[in-house]
Amino acid sequence: MSDQLRSLVDHPVFVYLTDGRTLVGQLMGYDQAANVILGKTHERIFSSTEGMKSVAIGVYVIRGETIALIGELDEELDDQADYDEMKVEPLDPVIL
Amino acid sequence: MTGNIGGLPPFLTLVGQPVTVELKNDLAITGVLVSVDQFLNIKLDNIKVVDEERYPHMLAVKNCFIRGSVVRYVQLPAPSVDTALLQDAARRERQQPATGARK
Repeated sequence: MSDQLRSLVDHPVFVYLTDGRTLVGQLMGYDQAANVILGKTHERIFSSTEGMKSVAIGVYVIRGETIALIGELDEELDDQADYDEMKVEPLDPVIL
Repeated sequence: MTGNIGGLPPFLTLVGQPVTVELKNDLAITGVLVSVDQFLNIKLDNIKVVDEERYPHMLAVKNCFIRGSVVRYVQLPAPSVDTALLQDAARRERQQPATGARK
């Protein structure tokens, strides 16, 4: 497991939580339980009526249990994306 | 799971194959299987979210780590799975469980 996240350390990542929230930030550390330390964290809030809003929330320690997915954020693709016009429902929470 | 969970032989042969992981909230992600671990955490490359118009949230994400606890299914390409081998391994596993398994 440590191998799987090792390649993402110090990279910008997209974190999808089981309550449906989406965060982006810099992966600073992790452990076997997939507990994670995320720096420069922004919460991305999606809405079907308004464009995406990004709220800066600083450094977070996130418990592995609440993480559904961690993706490597491709900054080029992210810059190209038009989040101001992205009007979608937030992602669904995951019922375990 | 069948056989030796630590080594996950059934999944080892699938590394490099395209699979679709369906999460417990119905979100499905297709990608190339990079690795699996003992918790069935899954790493995928070149991902594409199924029904991407409904889920553009992740269009800047090309590879990801999915926590095993949120996975409902992993859809495998049928030709990649040797069902006879798995059935044999499952039968042997029932008779002689590996560490931590219940009968």
